[in-house]
Amino acid sequence: MEIGYYPGCALHGSSNDYETSVRACLSALDVGLKELDDWLCCGASAAHSLNHKLSVALPARNLALAERDGMAELLAPCPMCSGALLRAKAALHGDARLREEMGEIIELPVAGSAEVLNLVQIFERAGIERIRERAVRTLEDYRPACYYGCLLTRPPQTTRFDDCEQPRSMESLLSALGAEPVDWAFRTECCGAGMTVAREETVLELAHRILSDAAARGANCLVVACPMCHVNLDMKQADVARRFAVNHQMIVYYLSDLVGLALGLSPEALGVDRHFVVR
Amino acid sequence: MEILPTSGKALDAEVERAVAACYQCGKCSAGCPMAEAMDLLPNRLLRLVQLGRIDKAAAAEAPWLCVSCQTCTTRCPQSVDCAAVLDALRQIAVGRGLVPRRQQRTLLFQQAFLESIRRYGRVHEVELIGRFKTRALLGDLNVPLFFKDALLAPRLYRRGKLHLTGETVRDRDLVARIFARCRAEPETT
Repeated sequence: MEIGYYPGCALHGSSNDYETSVRACLSALDVGLKELDDWLCCGASAAHSLNHKLSVALPARNLALAERDGMAELLAPCPMCSGALLRAKAALHGDARLREEMGEIIELPVAGSAEVLNLVQIFERAGIERIRERAVRTLEDYRPACYYGCLLTRPPQTTRFDDCEQPRSMESLLSALGAEPVDWAFRTECCGAGMTVAREETVLELAHRILSDAAARGANCLVVACPMCHVNLDMKQADVARRFAVNHQMIVYYLSDLVGLALGLSPEALGVDRHFVVR
Repeated sequence: MEILPTSGKALDAEVERAVAACYQCGKCSAGCPMAEAMDLLPNRLLRLVQLGRIDKAAAAEAPWLCVSCQTCTTRCPQSVDCAAVLDALRQIAVGRGLVPRRQQRTLLFQQAFLESIRRYGRVHEVELIGRFKTRALLGDLNVPLFFKDALLAPRLYRRGKLHLTGETVRDRDLVARIFARCRAEPETT
Protein backbone atom coordinates (compact mmCIF):
# COMPACT_ATOMS: atom_id res chain seq x y z
CA MET A 1 0.00 0.00 0.00
CA GLU A 2 1.13 3.57 -0.65
CA ILE A 3 -0.06 6.59 1.30
CA GLY A 4 0.55 10.31 1.29
CA TYR A 5 3.20 11.54 3.70
CA TYR A 6 3.45 14.90 5.46
CA PRO A 7 6.80 14.87 7.33
CA GLY A 8 6.63 18.36 8.85
CA CYS A 9 9.65 20.47 9.81
CA ALA A 10 10.79 18.48 12.85
CA LEU A 11 11.21 15.21 10.94
CA HIS A 12 13.30 17.03 8.34
CA GLY A 13 15.23 18.86 11.06
CA SER A 14 16.65 17.79 14.39
CA SER A 15 14.15 14.92 14.73
CA ASN A 16 15.32 13.23 11.54
CA ASP A 17 15.94 10.05 13.52
CA TYR A 18 12.15 9.79 13.75
CA GLU A 19 11.84 9.95 9.96
CA THR A 20 14.57 7.30 9.59
CA SER A 21 12.63 5.09 11.97
CA VAL A 22 9.21 5.61 10.36
CA ARG A 23 10.53 5.04 6.85
CA ALA A 24 12.53 1.91 7.73
CA CYS A 25 9.72 0.39 9.74
CA LEU A 26 6.95 1.08 7.22
CA SER A 27 9.14 -0.09 4.36
CA ALA A 28 9.54 -3.43 6.16
CA LEU A 29 5.73 -3.59 6.26
CA ASP A 30 5.48 -2.78 2.52
CA VAL A 31 3.86 0.58 3.23
CA GLY A 32 5.18 3.08 0.68
CA LEU A 33 5.26 6.80 1.48
CA LYS A 34 4.65 9.45 -1.16
CA GLU A 35 5.80 12.80 0.22
CA LEU A 36 3.43 15.72 -0.27
CA ASP A 37 4.93 17.99 -2.93
CA ASP A 38 6.19 21.39 -1.74
CA TRP A 39 4.40 21.16 1.61
CA LEU A 40 4.41 24.10 4.03
CA CYS A 41 5.02 24.14 7.77
CA CYS A 42 1.73 23.58 9.65
CA GLY A 43 2.34 26.71 11.76
CA ALA A 44 2.52 24.74 15.02
CA SER A 45 1.86 26.52 18.34
CA ALA A 46 3.18 29.81 17.03
CA ALA A 47 0.39 30.15 14.48
CA HIS A 48 -2.52 29.22 16.72
CA SER A 49 -1.12 31.38 19.52
CA LEU A 50 -0.58 34.49 17.43
CA ASN A 51 -2.69 34.34 14.29
CA HIS A 52 -5.79 32.18 14.12
CA LYS A 53 -6.37 32.69 10.42
CA LEU A 54 -2.84 31.59 9.61
CA SER A 55 -3.27 28.51 11.81
CA VAL A 56 -6.06 27.41 9.48
CA ALA A 57 -4.52 28.64 6.21
CA LEU A 58 -1.16 26.85 6.48
CA PRO A 59 -2.58 23.36 7.09
CA ALA A 60 -5.40 24.10 4.62
CA ARG A 61 -2.78 24.64 1.91
CA ASN A 62 -1.34 21.19 2.70
CA LEU A 63 -4.79 19.60 2.64
CA ALA A 64 -5.42 21.28 -0.71
CA LEU A 65 -2.13 19.94 -2.11
CA ALA A 66 -3.12 16.42 -1.01
CA GLU A 67 -6.50 16.80 -2.74
CA ARG A 68 -4.89 18.19 -5.90
CA ASP A 69 -2.50 15.23 -6.04
CA GLY A 70 -5.20 12.67 -5.38
CA MET A 71 -4.00 11.59 -1.95
CA ALA A 72 -6.92 10.18 0.02
CA GLU A 73 -4.80 9.57 3.12
CA LEU A 74 -2.01 11.59 4.65
CA LEU A 75 0.33 10.24 7.32
CA ALA A 76 1.57 12.96 9.69
CA PRO A 77 3.85 11.27 12.26
CA CYS A 78 4.10 14.51 14.29
CA PRO A 79 0.95 15.04 16.40
CA MET A 80 1.42 18.82 16.27
CA CYS A 81 1.17 18.57 12.47
CA SER A 82 -1.66 16.03 12.46
CA GLY A 83 -3.50 18.13 15.05
CA ALA A 84 -3.16 21.26 12.91
CA LEU A 85 -4.32 19.40 9.80
CA LEU A 86 -7.27 17.89 11.68
CA ARG A 87 -8.27 21.26 13.19
CA ALA A 88 -8.23 22.82 9.75
CA LYS A 89 -10.28 19.93 8.37
CA ALA A 90 -12.86 20.34 11.15
CA ALA A 91 -13.07 24.09 10.53
CA LEU A 92 -13.50 23.62 6.78
CA HIS A 93 -16.18 20.95 7.05
CA GLY A 94 -19.66 22.35 6.98
CA ASP A 95 -18.47 25.93 6.45
CA ALA A 96 -18.73 26.82 2.77
CA ARG A 97 -17.87 30.45 3.44
CA LEU A 98 -14.61 29.48 5.16
CA ARG A 99 -13.72 27.03 2.36
CA GLU A 100 -14.19 29.84 -0.13
CA GLU A 101 -12.17 32.33 1.92
CA MET A 102 -9.36 29.83 2.47
CA GLY A 103 -9.34 28.84 -1.19
CA GLU A 104 -8.61 32.47 -2.05
CA ILE A 105 -5.94 32.84 0.63
CA ILE A 106 -4.04 29.66 -0.29
CA GLU A 107 -4.70 29.90 -4.06
CA LEU A 108 -6.08 26.37 -4.31
CA PRO A 109 -9.59 25.03 -3.82
CA VAL A 110 -9.84 23.10 -0.56
CA ALA A 111 -12.52 20.78 0.82
CA GLY A 112 -10.48 19.16 3.59
CA SER A 113 -11.32 15.68 2.35
CA ALA A 114 -7.96 13.94 2.85
CA GLU A 115 -7.93 11.61 5.82
CA VAL A 116 -5.17 12.51 8.28
CA LEU A 117 -3.52 9.60 10.09
CA ASN A 118 -1.07 9.45 12.99
CA LEU A 119 1.63 6.79 13.28
CA VAL A 120 -0.40 4.46 15.51
CA GLN A 121 -3.24 4.53 13.00
CA ILE A 122 -0.87 3.49 10.19
CA PHE A 123 0.11 0.42 12.18
CA GLU A 124 -3.54 -0.33 12.85
CA ARG A 125 -4.21 0.10 9.13
CA ALA A 126 -1.36 -2.31 8.31
CA GLY A 127 -2.93 -4.75 10.76
CA ILE A 128 -1.61 -5.74 14.18
CA GLU A 129 -2.10 -9.42 13.35
CA ARG A 130 -0.11 -9.02 10.16
CA ILE A 131 2.70 -7.18 11.97
CA ARG A 132 2.83 -9.98 14.53
CA GLU A 133 3.08 -12.60 11.79
CA ARG A 134 6.01 -10.73 10.28
CA ALA A 135 7.85 -10.24 13.57
CA VAL A 136 11.06 -12.22 13.81
CA ARG A 137 11.88 -11.45 17.42
CA THR A 138 9.86 -10.92 20.57
CA LEU A 139 9.93 -7.70 22.60
CA GLU A 140 9.71 -9.67 25.87
CA ASP A 141 12.64 -7.76 27.41
CA TYR A 142 10.83 -4.47 27.02
CA ARG A 143 8.64 -2.98 29.76
CA PRO A 144 7.67 0.26 28.03
CA ALA A 145 5.80 3.18 29.53
CA CYS A 146 3.66 4.16 26.55
CA TYR A 147 3.49 7.95 26.47
CA TYR A 148 0.75 9.58 24.39
CA GLY A 149 1.28 13.16 25.49
CA CYS A 150 -1.26 15.78 24.51
CA LEU A 151 -2.03 16.02 20.89
CA LEU A 152 -2.23 12.40 19.77
CA THR A 153 -5.61 12.09 21.51
CA ARG A 154 -6.68 15.66 22.29
CA PRO A 155 -9.03 17.30 21.76
CA PRO A 156 -11.04 14.12 21.07
CA GLN A 157 -13.70 15.80 18.94
CA THR A 158 -10.88 16.73 16.54
CA THR A 159 -8.55 13.73 16.75
CA ARG A 160 -11.24 11.01 16.93
CA PHE A 161 -8.54 8.60 18.03
CA ASP A 162 -8.45 6.13 20.92
CA ASP A 163 -9.69 7.11 24.41
CA CYS A 164 -8.44 10.57 25.37
CA GLU A 165 -8.15 9.77 29.09
CA GLN A 166 -7.24 6.06 28.98
CA PRO A 167 -5.70 5.34 25.59
CA ARG A 168 -4.62 1.74 24.93
CA SER A 169 -3.64 1.62 21.26
CA MET A 170 0.15 1.64 21.76
CA GLU A 171 -0.09 -0.91 24.58
CA SER A 172 -2.23 -3.20 22.39
CA LEU A 173 0.26 -3.07 19.54
CA LEU A 174 3.36 -3.61 21.69
CA SER A 175 1.73 -6.34 23.81
CA ALA A 176 0.97 -8.23 20.60
CA LEU A 177 4.71 -8.15 19.89
CA GLY A 178 5.62 -9.57 23.30
CA ALA A 179 6.37 -6.39 25.26
CA GLU A 180 4.99 -5.87 28.77
CA PRO A 181 3.78 -2.27 28.96
CA VAL A 182 3.54 -0.88 32.50
CA ASP A 183 0.57 0.84 34.07
CA TRP A 184 1.45 4.38 34.94
CA ALA A 185 -0.12 7.76 35.63
CA PHE A 186 1.41 10.20 33.14
CA ARG A 187 0.42 8.69 29.80
CA THR A 188 -1.54 11.72 28.66
CA GLU A 189 0.17 14.47 30.66
CA CYS A 190 2.00 17.18 28.73
CA CYS A 191 5.81 17.38 28.35
CA GLY A 192 5.77 21.07 27.43
CA ALA A 193 5.80 20.41 23.70
CA GLY A 194 7.18 23.33 21.69
CA MET A 195 8.25 25.33 24.76
CA THR A 196 11.68 23.64 24.78
CA VAL A 197 13.54 26.75 23.66
CA ALA A 198 11.35 29.60 24.89
CA ARG A 199 10.73 28.23 28.39
CA GLU A 200 13.17 25.46 29.15
CA GLU A 201 12.39 25.40 32.88
CA THR A 202 8.78 24.46 32.14
CA VAL A 203 9.83 21.55 29.97
CA LEU A 204 12.36 20.27 32.50
CA GLU A 205 9.77 20.28 35.30
CA LEU A 206 7.15 18.44 33.22
CA ALA A 207 9.66 15.97 31.77
CA HIS A 208 10.97 15.25 35.27
CA ARG A 209 7.48 14.28 36.49
CA ILE A 210 6.94 12.00 33.49
CA LEU A 211 10.33 10.28 33.69
CA SER A 212 10.03 9.83 37.46
CA ASP A 213 6.63 8.17 37.31
CA ALA A 214 7.69 5.87 34.47
CA ALA A 215 10.74 4.79 36.48
CA ALA A 216 8.73 4.33 39.68
CA ARG A 217 6.28 2.04 37.87
CA GLY A 218 9.08 -0.24 36.69
CA ALA A 219 9.35 0.82 33.07
CA ASN A 220 12.70 0.15 31.39
CA CYS A 221 11.94 2.46 28.46
CA LEU A 222 9.51 5.11 27.27
CA VAL A 223 7.70 4.91 23.95
CA VAL A 224 6.49 8.02 22.12
CA ALA A 225 4.93 8.85 18.76
CA CYS A 226 5.87 12.54 18.68
CA PRO A 227 9.10 14.40 17.84
CA MET A 228 8.58 17.03 20.56
CA CYS A 229 7.97 14.40 23.24
CA HIS A 230 11.22 12.78 22.13
CA VAL A 231 13.21 16.02 22.30
CA ASN A 232 11.89 16.89 25.74
CA LEU A 233 12.30 13.41 27.24
CA ASP A 234 15.45 12.21 25.42
CA MET A 235 17.53 15.23 24.40
CA LYS A 236 16.65 17.18 27.55
CA GLN A 237 17.04 14.19 29.89
CA ALA A 238 20.63 15.19 30.78
CA ASP A 239 19.34 18.66 31.73
CA VAL A 240 16.58 17.08 33.82
CA ALA A 241 19.25 14.98 35.54
CA ARG A 242 21.31 18.08 36.36
CA ARG A 243 18.34 20.16 37.51
CA PHE A 244 16.73 17.51 39.72
CA ALA A 245 19.79 15.44 40.63
CA VAL A 246 18.24 12.20 39.40
CA ASN A 247 19.68 10.28 36.49
CA HIS A 248 17.03 7.99 35.02
CA GLN A 249 18.99 6.86 31.94
CA MET A 250 15.57 6.08 30.50
CA ILE A 251 15.77 5.15 26.82
CA VAL A 252 13.05 6.86 24.81
CA TYR A 253 11.95 4.94 21.73
CA TYR A 254 9.71 6.08 18.94
CA LEU A 255 6.88 3.60 18.50
CA SER A 256 8.31 2.70 15.08
CA ASP A 257 11.65 1.82 16.73
CA LEU A 258 10.13 -0.99 18.79
CA VAL A 259 7.93 -2.27 15.96
CA GLY A 260 10.99 -2.15 13.67
CA LEU A 261 13.15 -4.04 16.15
CA ALA A 262 10.47 -6.74 16.36
CA LEU A 263 10.49 -6.92 12.56
CA GLY A 264 14.22 -7.66 12.69
CA LEU A 265 15.60 -4.23 11.75
CA SER A 266 18.84 -3.12 13.40
CA PRO A 267 18.93 -0.19 15.86
CA GLU A 268 21.15 1.65 13.36
CA ALA A 269 18.69 1.17 10.50
CA LEU A 270 16.04 2.73 12.75
CA GLY A 271 18.24 5.62 13.91
CA VAL A 272 18.12 4.46 17.54
CA ASP A 273 21.89 5.00 17.82
CA ARG A 274 21.29 8.70 17.17
CA HIS A 275 19.19 9.23 20.30
CA PHE A 276 20.80 11.04 23.22
CA VAL A 277 20.12 8.37 25.82
CA VAL A 278 21.34 5.05 24.45
CA ARG A 279 21.75 1.61 25.93
CA MET B 1 -14.44 27.75 17.87
CA GLU B 2 -14.96 28.95 14.34
CA ILE B 3 -12.57 31.26 12.59
CA LEU B 4 -11.79 34.40 14.49
CA PRO B 5 -11.04 37.87 13.28
CA THR B 6 -7.44 38.32 14.32
CA SER B 7 -7.93 41.50 16.34
CA GLY B 8 -10.25 44.31 17.29
CA LYS B 9 -13.62 44.47 19.03
CA ALA B 10 -15.02 41.75 16.80
CA LEU B 11 -12.57 39.36 18.43
CA ASP B 12 -13.76 40.49 21.87
CA ALA B 13 -17.30 39.60 20.87
CA GLU B 14 -16.21 36.17 19.59
CA VAL B 15 -14.37 35.42 22.82
CA GLU B 16 -17.29 36.57 24.98
CA ARG B 17 -19.58 34.30 23.00
CA ALA B 18 -17.14 31.40 23.33
CA VAL B 19 -17.11 31.54 27.15
CA ALA B 20 -20.82 32.24 27.66
CA ALA B 21 -21.61 28.65 28.66
CA CYS B 22 -18.94 28.41 31.39
CA TYR B 23 -20.52 27.74 34.82
CA GLN B 24 -17.26 27.84 36.78
CA CYS B 25 -16.87 24.19 37.70
CA GLY B 26 -13.09 24.65 37.61
CA LYS B 27 -12.29 21.46 35.73
CA CYS B 28 -10.09 23.38 33.29
CA SER B 29 -7.88 24.62 36.11
CA ALA B 30 -7.90 21.27 37.96
CA GLY B 31 -6.39 19.45 34.97
CA CYS B 32 -4.02 22.20 33.84
CA PRO B 33 -0.35 21.10 34.04
CA MET B 34 0.73 24.75 34.35
CA ALA B 35 -1.85 25.84 36.95
CA GLU B 36 0.60 26.12 39.83
CA ALA B 37 2.70 28.63 37.88
CA MET B 38 -0.23 30.79 36.72
CA ASP B 39 -1.17 34.16 38.19
CA LEU B 40 -4.80 33.68 37.18
CA LEU B 41 -6.22 30.19 36.71
CA PRO B 42 -8.00 29.34 33.44
CA ASN B 43 -11.48 29.37 35.02
CA ARG B 44 -10.80 32.85 36.42
CA LEU B 45 -9.67 34.08 33.01
CA LEU B 46 -12.95 32.82 31.57
CA ARG B 47 -14.91 34.55 34.36
CA LEU B 48 -13.13 37.84 33.66
CA VAL B 49 -14.14 37.56 30.03
CA GLN B 50 -17.74 36.85 31.04
CA LEU B 51 -17.65 40.01 33.16
CA GLY B 52 -16.44 42.03 30.20
CA ARG B 53 -12.93 42.51 31.56
CA ILE B 54 -11.13 41.06 28.59
CA ASP B 55 -8.15 43.41 28.83
CA LYS B 56 -7.45 42.27 32.40
CA ALA B 57 -7.57 38.63 31.31
CA ALA B 58 -5.36 39.37 28.30
CA ALA B 59 -2.80 41.21 30.43
CA ALA B 60 -2.28 38.17 32.69
CA GLU B 61 0.81 35.98 32.53
CA ALA B 62 -1.28 32.81 32.44
CA PRO B 63 -2.09 32.72 28.72
CA TRP B 64 1.67 32.71 27.98
CA LEU B 65 2.29 29.87 30.42
CA CYS B 66 -0.30 27.71 28.68
CA VAL B 67 1.37 24.85 26.78
CA SER B 68 -1.69 24.25 24.56
CA CYS B 69 -2.09 20.66 25.76
CA GLN B 70 -5.88 20.82 25.19
CA THR B 71 -6.71 19.18 28.54
CA CYS B 72 -9.06 22.04 29.53
CA THR B 73 -10.88 21.92 26.19
CA THR B 74 -11.11 18.12 26.39
CA ARG B 75 -12.61 18.04 29.89
CA CYS B 76 -14.99 21.01 29.78
CA PRO B 77 -18.52 19.72 30.50
CA GLN B 78 -19.93 22.77 28.71
CA SER B 79 -17.79 22.30 25.57
CA VAL B 80 -16.05 25.63 26.01
CA ASP B 81 -12.88 25.58 23.90
CA CYS B 82 -10.78 26.98 26.73
CA ALA B 83 -7.43 26.47 24.95
CA ALA B 84 -8.72 28.47 21.96
CA VAL B 85 -9.87 31.22 24.33
CA LEU B 86 -6.32 31.44 25.71
CA ASP B 87 -5.03 31.65 22.13
CA ALA B 88 -7.42 34.55 21.53
CA LEU B 89 -6.29 36.27 24.74
CA ARG B 90 -2.69 36.06 23.53
CA GLN B 91 -3.68 37.66 20.24
CA ILE B 92 -5.59 40.42 22.04
CA ALA B 93 -2.59 41.03 24.33
CA VAL B 94 -0.24 41.37 21.36
CA GLY B 95 -2.62 43.71 19.51
CA ARG B 96 -3.04 45.98 22.55
CA GLY B 97 0.50 45.87 23.88
CA LEU B 98 -0.55 44.01 27.04
CA VAL B 99 1.99 41.16 27.02
CA PRO B 100 3.63 41.06 30.47
CA ARG B 101 7.35 41.72 30.33
CA ARG B 102 8.28 38.39 31.92
CA GLN B 103 6.42 36.51 29.19
CA GLN B 104 7.72 38.42 26.21
CA ARG B 105 10.36 35.81 25.45
CA THR B 106 7.61 33.32 24.53
CA LEU B 107 6.14 35.91 22.19
CA LEU B 108 9.59 36.61 20.70
CA PHE B 109 10.14 32.91 20.09
CA GLN B 110 6.77 32.43 18.45
CA GLN B 111 7.25 35.54 16.30
CA ALA B 112 10.67 34.26 15.19
CA PHE B 113 9.04 30.90 14.41
CA LEU B 114 6.42 32.53 12.17
CA GLU B 115 9.11 34.71 10.58
CA SER B 116 11.01 31.56 9.58
CA ILE B 117 7.89 30.09 7.98
CA ARG B 118 7.16 33.35 6.17
CA ARG B 119 10.68 33.47 4.72
CA TYR B 120 11.20 29.82 3.83
CA GLY B 121 7.84 28.05 4.10
CA ARG B 122 9.45 25.79 6.68
CA VAL B 123 11.27 26.24 9.97
CA HIS B 124 15.02 26.78 9.87
CA GLU B 125 15.99 25.68 13.36
CA VAL B 126 19.45 27.22 13.71
CA GLU B 127 18.39 30.60 12.34
CA LEU B 128 15.22 30.53 14.46
CA ILE B 129 17.15 29.96 17.68
CA GLY B 130 19.80 32.52 16.73
CA ARG B 131 17.16 35.14 15.95
CA PHE B 132 15.24 34.41 19.14
CA LYS B 133 18.30 34.55 21.38
CA THR B 134 19.59 37.74 19.79
CA ARG B 135 16.28 39.53 20.24
CA ALA B 136 15.91 38.22 23.78
CA LEU B 137 19.42 39.46 24.56
CA LEU B 138 18.74 42.90 23.08
CA GLY B 139 15.50 43.04 25.06
CA ASP B 140 17.29 41.94 28.24
CA LEU B 141 14.76 39.16 28.71
CA ASN B 142 16.72 36.76 30.89
CA VAL B 143 17.15 33.87 28.47
CA PRO B 144 20.05 31.42 28.83
CA LEU B 145 22.50 32.60 26.25
CA PHE B 146 24.29 31.29 23.26
CA PHE B 147 26.96 29.28 25.00
CA LYS B 148 24.35 26.90 26.37
CA ASP B 149 23.16 25.99 22.88
CA ALA B 150 26.71 26.10 21.56
CA LEU B 151 27.37 23.20 23.91
CA LEU B 152 24.44 21.31 22.40
CA ALA B 153 25.44 21.97 18.79
CA PRO B 154 28.33 19.46 18.53
CA ARG B 155 26.19 16.80 20.21
CA LEU B 156 23.46 17.39 17.61
CA TYR B 157 26.06 17.45 14.84
CA ARG B 158 27.50 14.07 15.83
CA ARG B 159 24.02 12.61 15.55
CA GLY B 160 23.41 14.12 12.13
CA LYS B 161 20.69 16.33 13.60
CA LEU B 162 22.20 19.77 13.05
CA HIS B 163 21.31 21.53 9.81
CA LEU B 164 22.91 24.95 9.45
CA THR B 165 20.36 25.84 6.81
CA GLY B 166 16.94 24.33 6.59
CA GLU B 167 14.66 23.39 3.73
CA THR B 168 13.00 26.03 1.61
CA VAL B 169 9.82 25.57 -0.39
CA ARG B 170 9.88 26.25 -4.13
CA ASP B 171 7.07 28.80 -4.08
CA ARG B 172 8.27 31.31 -1.47
CA ASP B 173 6.25 34.13 -2.99
CA LEU B 174 3.06 32.18 -2.39
CA VAL B 175 3.96 31.81 1.29
CA ALA B 176 4.50 35.57 1.55
CA ARG B 177 1.10 36.16 -0.08
CA ILE B 178 -0.62 33.76 2.36
CA PHE B 179 0.96 35.61 5.29
CA ALA B 180 -0.05 38.99 3.88
CA ARG B 181 -3.67 37.84 3.50
CA CYS B 182 -3.73 36.55 7.09
CA ARG B 183 -2.16 39.66 8.63
CA ALA B 184 -4.01 41.02 11.66
CA GLU B 185 -5.86 44.24 11.09
CA PRO B 186 -4.42 47.04 13.22
CA GLU B 187 -6.27 47.87 16.44
CA THR B 188 -8.58 50.83 16.09
CA THR B 189 -9.34 51.30 19.77
